[in-house]
Amino acid sequence: MKQVTINGIVHDVEVSDDMPLLWVLRDVLGMTGTKYGCGIAQCGACTVHLDGVPVRACQTTMDSVYGQPVTTIEGIGDTLVGAKVQAAWLEKEVVQCGYCQSGQIMSAAALLSENPRPTDTDIDDAMAGNICRCGTYVRIREAIHSIAV
Amino acid sequence: MIENLVSRRNFLKGTALATAGLVLAVQLPDTVRRAVAAAGDQQSFVPNAFVKIDGDGITLIMPHTEIGQGIYTSSAMLMAEELELDLDQVKVEAAPPDISKYMDPILYDQATGGSTSTRSDWMRLREAGAAARIMLVEAAAEGWSVPPGECRVAQGVIYHDASGKSAAYIDIAPHAASRQVPKEIRLKEPSQFRLIGTKAKRIDTPAKVNGSLVYGIDTRLPGMGYATLVMAPVKGGRIARMDEAAAKAVRGVRDIVRMDDAVAVIGDHMWAAKQGVDALGVEWDHGPNSSVTNASIVMDMHEVSMKQGVVIRDQNDARSAIDKAKTKLDAIYHSPFLSHSPLEPLNCTLHIGDDNAVLWVGTQVPVRAQKAVADAIGVPPEKVTVNNQLMGGAFGRRLDVDSIEIAARLLKDIRYPVKVVWTREQDMTHDFYRPYYYDRVAAGLDDSGRLVGRTHRVTGSSVFARWAPAAFINGVDPDAVDCAAETPYDEAAVLADYVRHEPAGVTTSWWRGVGATHNVFVVESFVDEMAHATGQDPLEFRRRMLTKNPRGLGVLNVAAEKAGWGEMLPPGRGRGISLQFAFGSYLAHILDIEITSKRQIKLVRSVIAVDCGIVINPDTVRAQMEGGVLFGLGTAMFNEVTFTNGAVDQSNFDTYRILRINESPKVDVYQVESGEKPGGVGEAGTAAAAGALANAIFSATGKRIRSLPLSQAAV
Repeated sequence: MKQVTINGIVHDVEVSDDMPLLWVLRDVLGMTGTKYGCGIAQCGACTVHLDGVPVRACQTTMDSVYGQPVTTIEGIGDTLVGAKVQAAWLEKEVVQCGYCQSGQIMSAAALLSENPRPTDTDIDDAMAGNICRCGTYVRIREAIHSIAV
Repeated sequence: MIENLVSRRNFLKGTALATAGLVLAVQLPDTVRRAVAAAGDQQSFVPNAFVKIDGDGITLIMPHTEIGQGIYTSSAMLMAEELELDLDQVKVEAAPPDISKYMDPILYDQATGGSTSTRSDWMRLREAGAAARIMLVEAAAEGWSVPPGECRVAQGVIYHDASGKSAAYIDIAPHAASRQVPKEIRLKEPSQFRLIGTKAKRIDTPAKVNGSLVYGIDTRLPGMGYATLVMAPVKGGRIARMDEAAAKAVRGVRDIVRMDDAVAVIGDHMWAAKQGVDALGVEWDHGPNSSVTNASIVMDMHEVSMKQGVVIRDQNDARSAIDKAKTKLDAIYHSPFLSHSPLEPLNCTLHIGDDNAVLWVGTQVPVRAQKAVADAIGVPPEKVTVNNQLMGGAFGRRLDVDSIEIAARLLKDIRYPVKVVWTREQDMTHDFYRPYYYDRVAAGLDDSGRLVGRTHRVTGSSVFARWAPAAFINGVDPDAVDCAAETPYDEAAVLADYVRHEPAGVTTSWWRGVGATHNVFVVESFVDEMAHATGQDPLEFRRRMLTKNPRGLGVLNVAAEKAGWGEMLPPGRGRGISLQFAFGSYLAHILDIEITSKRQIKLVRSVIAVDCGIVINPDTVRAQMEGGVLFGLGTAMFNEVTFTNGAVDQSNFDTYRILRINESPKVDVYQVESGEKPGGVGEAGTAAAAGALANAIFSATGKRIRSLPLSQAAV
């Protein structure tokens, strides 16, 4: 039995060290907001923050998680920047099917935490790892700019 | 039977199951409902298949499914407009499988596809809302002994101003339940619209920004097992051998279930299931399709395309007209097999009992989904409950139910709930692909550069013949030739024919536009070829052929003006046009690209002008244009599904690339006002992408792309 802190709450888990965080979140702990899209770190749908840094949960094994706080889409709204991103996403009607948006929001929140006024190039660099099959990129860009201070 | 229902309803009243009981009311014929009401039962008001008012509030039943396109919001707007409600006063609920109530009148199925939803629902949902409002007002007026005509409604409250009386729908509903459905329903005039035409906020998105929305893949049930599967890599292949003991030895693996051509491992979580599948080390007998390659498929299509197919349009002997023409052109265009790859991989959850089943899935075709499970486990369809979930994309993939059927067949002897999730690799390699099309086109132009004759032979698979055989009549697939036989242009002589060819080892299906998406690419590229071959400006050439098409000319002019057509382009830049009438909407797209110093294509700016008739929600139209055109541009740039030894070569987003934010152009959408009936928008932007791109590349480089996807070598 080991402990992992997710969105400020400590969970006891008993899983193998090589199990990806994605499946622990979704199938063991029941936090299904983090999505499975590709399993090979190509789509970004499973993006979470590990100690504030965006990572792909499908490629992050549990042995590298213990001891570092995890933030997921279920918890990002409790941060100032996360709440702003979620509000901007609704204000700009970014979302279509929404399946990628957990990951998009996690990447955008990480970007804006580091860089409150990103340029288009900064946005490209930070968001290029997140695929949107519906093609909401135009509005993702608008929404991020709308938050910029 | 009626007694049983009534007593069951009384039993359920006030219990947590009451909602389930009330849903039964939808099924009750009017006469029974009136009888029930007369018996003094607490009554839910269900005037038709789309509106339900009860103790839970006002619920609108959605005949079409939400895939991300925004139809829940638009459908709710149509009903709420006539009900005089705001969107935050209603809940929405997916329609249960019931073709008698929820058939799409264009598709003849309870299906969401073909950009038909708003076209189908434009009248019937407004009528449903209006009928409910009329009955509620009549009930209130009767209670107050005033003429219904003296009452008005706002935000779900009925007012009789003269007497100062008012009542909310929810309070009146029990009294309205026994009323006759009005025979004559007068709908609002467009000038009276209060919701339709506004940028009403989407009702499905708040739960999509905080992770709380439960897609099909997020289904969780007590005691549920998590399964994933591996299927024969070549269509028609079978399992030769596998190591079940090794899979069973994986920690967390519960059960292994198999058929001849697929095997699933059920575990405590997806990770156990995935490891279990890997441990099986399945070896395959690949079967009769193991020699299929892309080259063999294309060679077959080339052969069959030599002979005339089924004639779709034959007007004024186009061949002779071309023979006599001054300028003659002919060309062959290729459009590849394509994968859907919605970001939510295929999945479903099944809890199968001895004589029933419950299904949780996101499907575009709930009746087919229900039947797939029923047939697989040998129970009548009514014994299968379908819980239709919102979808993480579909693009036509969820118009088929193969994934549900396979899951039901695998799980038929398992009595605990199991969620089956396809890995991305299985999803991409076992897709039902957008057909490969092989198009032969020819045209003739006279001394003054006017088009005098055009021929177009489409060769490829018929999706209709498999998916809806009743619509495949006399060898004509109406979709395969959509936008090839008829174009927006005045044409003196046209010959269009269709050669059906079903490639071995491949199942084909719908996509984000099939006929229109492939044919608009071909026709608009070829129109561009005609303009250049006769030294004409591509915009002016099109304009000259639109004398009888004011809406087509209208969108073309708007796009040209907004894009700045006619300005000198900087070196390395290219600009291409595509014009279409598809899905009942007119759309012009002008795309700017740049050839970078590294000889890469950079998408710079898309300008779209669309006339889709009366607009329900302009922000949804804009979103569909933006997303649709990016979907089409990414596909034209990067995507093809190919076969080697019968198996699909692409397996994930590393080998089947999706356009990314850093590769996306700016997209500007202009909506041309129109009082015409609504057209479809979900697929229109996608259809407009490839032709504009190919034409922009020609403009920048002088090279004509006739085969998709674009090879970088081409520039």
